[in-house]
Amino acid sequence: MKIDYGEVGLKVGLEIHRQLDTRTKLFCDCPTEQVKGKEIVFQRWLREAQSELGEVDPAALFEARKRKKIVYHADTSSTCLVEMDEEPPHDLDQEALEVALTAALLMNAQPVDEVHVMRKIVIDGSNTTGFQRTCVVAMGGWVEAAGKRIPIQTITLEEDAARIIRQERGEIHYDLTRLGIPLIEVSTAPVIHSPREAYEAAYRIGRLLRATGKVKRGIGTVRQDLNISIRDGALIEIKGVQELDLLPKVVENEVVRQLHLLRIRDELRRRGVKREDIEGEEPRDVTHVFKQTKSKILRRKVSQGGRVMALRLPGFAGLIGLEARPGIRLGAEFAGRARAWSEVEGIFHTDELPGYGITGEEVEELRKTMGAGEMDAVVIVADEEEKARDALERVRERAAEALEGVPSETRGARPDGTTVYLRPRPGAARMYPETDLPPYPIRPEQVEELRRRLPPTLEEVAENLAKRYGLSPQAADELIDMEKVELFERIVSETGVAPTVVASTLTELMKSLRREGLETQHIPDQEFLEFFRMVDRGEIAKEAAEKVFRWLAENPGKTLREAVESLGLRPVSIEEVEQRINSLITAHRELVERNPGKAVSVIMGELMKDYRGKVDGARLFALVKERLAKQG
Amino acid sequence: MSAEDRLQGYVGRVRRILEDAGAEIGDEIEVRVGEKTYRGILIARYELADPDHVVLKLPSGYNIGIRMTGDISVRRIAKARKPGFTPPPRPEAKPGLPKVTIVSTGGTIASRIDYRTGGVKPALNAEDLLSIVPELSEIAELDSEILFSMFSEDMTPGLWNQMAERVHRLIESGVDGVVIAHGTDTMGYSSAALSFALQKPPIPIVFVGAQRSSDRPSSDAATNLIAAVRVAGHAPFAEVCLTMHAWHSDDVIAVHRGTRVRKLHTSSRDAFRSVNHEPIAYVVGGEIKVNTEGLNPRGGDGYRFRPGFSEKAALVKFYPGMGPEIFEVLAERGIRGIIVEGSGLGHVANRLIPTLKRLIEEGIFIGMASQCIWGRVNMRVYQTGRDLLRIGVVSLDDMLAETAYVKLSWCLAQTDDLDEVRRLMLTPIAGEVGARSLPTRAEGVVA
Repeated sequence: MKIDYGEVGLKVGLEIHRQLDTRTKLFCDCPTEQVKGKEIVFQRWLREAQSELGEVDPAALFEARKRKKIVYHADTSSTCLVEMDEEPPHDLDQEALEVALTAALLMNAQPVDEVHVMRKIVIDGSNTTGFQRTCVVAMGGWVEAAGKRIPIQTITLEEDAARIIRQERGEIHYDLTRLGIPLIEVSTAPVIHSPREAYEAAYRIGRLLRATGKVKRGIGTVRQDLNISIRDGALIEIKGVQELDLLPKVVENEVVRQLHLLRIRDELRRRGVKREDIEGEEPRDVTHVFKQTKSKILRRKVSQGGRVMALRLPGFAGLIGLEARPGIRLGAEFAGRARAWSEVEGIFHTDELPGYGITGEEVEELRKTMGAGEMDAVVIVADEEEKARDALERVRERAAEALEGVPSETRGARPDGTTVYLRPRPGAARMYPETDLPPYPIRPEQVEELRRRLPPTLEEVAENLAKRYGLSPQAADELIDMEKVELFERIVSETGVAPTVVASTLTELMKSLRREGLETQHIPDQEFLEFFRMVDRGEIAKEAAEKVFRWLAENPGKTLREAVESLGLRPVSIEEVEQRINSLITAHRELVERNPGKAVSVIMGELMKDYRGKVDGARLFALVKERLAKQG
Repeated sequence: MSAEDRLQGYVGRVRRILEDAGAEIGDEIEVRVGEKTYRGILIARYELADPDHVVLKLPSGYNIGIRMTGDISVRRIAKARKPGFTPPPRPEAKPGLPKVTIVSTGGTIASRIDYRTGGVKPALNAEDLLSIVPELSEIAELDSEILFSMFSEDMTPGLWNQMAERVHRLIESGVDGVVIAHGTDTMGYSSAALSFALQKPPIPIVFVGAQRSSDRPSSDAATNLIAAVRVAGHAPFAEVCLTMHAWHSDDVIAVHRGTRVRKLHTSSRDAFRSVNHEPIAYVVGGEIKVNTEGLNPRGGDGYRFRPGFSEKAALVKFYPGMGPEIFEVLAERGIRGIIVEGSGLGHVANRLIPTLKRLIEEGIFIGMASQCIWGRVNMRVYQTGRDLLRIGVVSLDDMLAETAYVKLSWCLAQTDDLDEVRRLMLTPIAGEVGARSLPTRAEGVVA
């Protein structure tokens, strides 16, 4: 399906988050680098806090209703009482503030006169306090991307949240190591009108952030959130797109999803379905229908004391299973909503039945019991009665919303580019001042000082790199995009290997290995450095790079030494090579005297057979020439 | 009163600009500074901040400060929306539950932060509590009274007395338990005070506080309060006690004896620990697990109401280099008894001994507790201790220094006779001393 994004009125706003590589966390003196130490485990509950205006935030209420037991794992080498919510926050980290201000200036934004730290209520447990500390540091900037100026609305500095370790029924486990690491958030105006523009804007902002030289690298350090709407659709927040390359696909899928929901709305209206018809339906116990069922999940749930509950949805036949793209159908919306609110497992609807071990006769009996006509659908859930009932009430609520089109909600991105319901969208009633911290004025002189010391943009960095090391502009760009500049410069300064060789190994070779599906990003910098040191000492040929790094990518956690060992690339001593050259010269004595040029190429041919990948070809050539000269 | 101030925290020139614009806190205003224009809600100014900024809440919910220098103008756009706390409906009372009254004296547990001004708003009534912690209605039939609305550092012996009298009246009215919501700073002193004033009570009297304010989702107020109401309504024992987190976790709440508990951390949920004693019980998952023997049973008939606290007692900490002046001044000002927090087994510098001797001769009670916190005073081991004993300093055994001070304040109100004060101070009244020292300096949870 080809989508005309102008036609559908697509509007996208981006929120780019990036961890900062500061010495300490944002509100305490714990390190931002992960270290392994003693772990303590403790348990908490969070409850909804009512705002001063007597309002409860819908997103907060959602989490509170679920009332999960929260279990925290705190490694005391990287967490203290502040992360445990057992001590008030320390002062806002000045290093992080400076990085954020620097990023703001790079994006032409105006620093605020005084920073006020706020509490943004988040009670899913990812913050031990029940809120995330966040503050606006600058407003009103812009970046140039996709051939236009994209306004930057705010640049905020906030604490990163704890990482989920695992989730069980009624219980969720978090690791506190990440909690409190400074995170910069850059929010654009919703002026992005296509998936491609979204990608380019995110790419551009990412590059400007990296220009500060103070952002963390690697998996989990970048997160992109999106606000997406189309005409007649709704504003949807999509959280947690980790890969930049996935961004366009997420945007596209969301447009497809909203269009699909609008088509379903139109069809429901055409069928004359009314909100009251849906809201008048009640979940009913239909366990008896499935007494002899072959469905494993139904049998298991019932044997554990659960019930099979059913809900009739008048006029929904055929619409629940209708699929716009894999994973994009009303049934998935129902399941997402039901699972998020009541953690049920087995949820089926008549559009997909018979199936999953449920027979045609059972479906017939189910329809009869529920009084479902040809145009009606039935949704069933098997679980503890209360949970199943709760889940079906959520399905009913979601079904009623289908009449309106697209419900506004917060969704989570999945690695395949589709999204799943997370929670209702938060309201304005969730932002309070952090009363434990004073305001932090930003002095004009401080801003001027930062402006004077502004780091070069990555375009300038690329230009300098290319000029200084004789690299092509593309190679310099690649080094920057693959975040290998520091490593590159280190290798070049510590070894005598040609910069172009180092650059192409770090970029071209890694990209081609990655295209084969190898995870080269896990190879530590140290191994690259070591490899080029060996090349420099003549212990290994640069041509061996492909073999060596392929092996390292295939064997994560292993060292270069082990790679060399395992590939039989043990270094060859110069003496050994010289001996071999001497014996070859002797063997070809006649040719050497008759036709020295030809002799060199014959000898080189023999040598390369023995030493390819072990000794650099140029070096071999030089040695042969040297020997022949001596002999002559 | 600052709470009445419509421009709280603003002073000088910036205040006048706001006044001229007719702006008040909570109003929507527009501020122009040079070429920049900001729109938002006017927010109160933090007390310790400089006078040059105006704080606005932007439509996004974020606050920022705007420096009011150069070419500026302020315009009021809309009046404030009246802030009001509207609790959800109170859950229905369950018949047959014990009657528990919550007496609120102030502190974090009984207060909310006013986010508009950043100030702390006073006590919650029963309605507020029930709407915030609806689980309470499953545990007891609740009633609540606001006795004080104060920070616990402002507590005095006179107020202990009022507190004791209020609880005594509640006991006489036939409630099944009393919970006292209290600021944590001096909660241990108050729990000791009521232990002496309300001896062998027929019902549990349970102090409870919070280390994190109740307006934050992670507050310990709810879990502590639920445990306190449970103990007040259902415990088999009737003791003056204190319920707070046993550790960092929300799952175990410790019940400490009122005379044996001390705040030992500035900020952590498990700030309160029993000292030289085990917690008398734990509340785990809705169950009360009794942990020590010999507790006063619920409904016993030994109840004695003995109110009275004197303001003429003092608590003085010894430190190296201390001179005699503090003692001299206290004597001059009419202090009738001093608890000295001595070093180690119960010592002060030898050069203070003549002063202390003189004070004792003048009829001032001097009692010795230890600044070690853990362990028992023993003044017979070293020469200094023996000298102190010889001049008449009273060794207070393993009594907490704070409890000793409260007990002294109580004794001095019971009698004018110094010998009687000495006798009372050495007579165990509310479990404040123990004969056996056990290795109970627990760091973690015992339950």
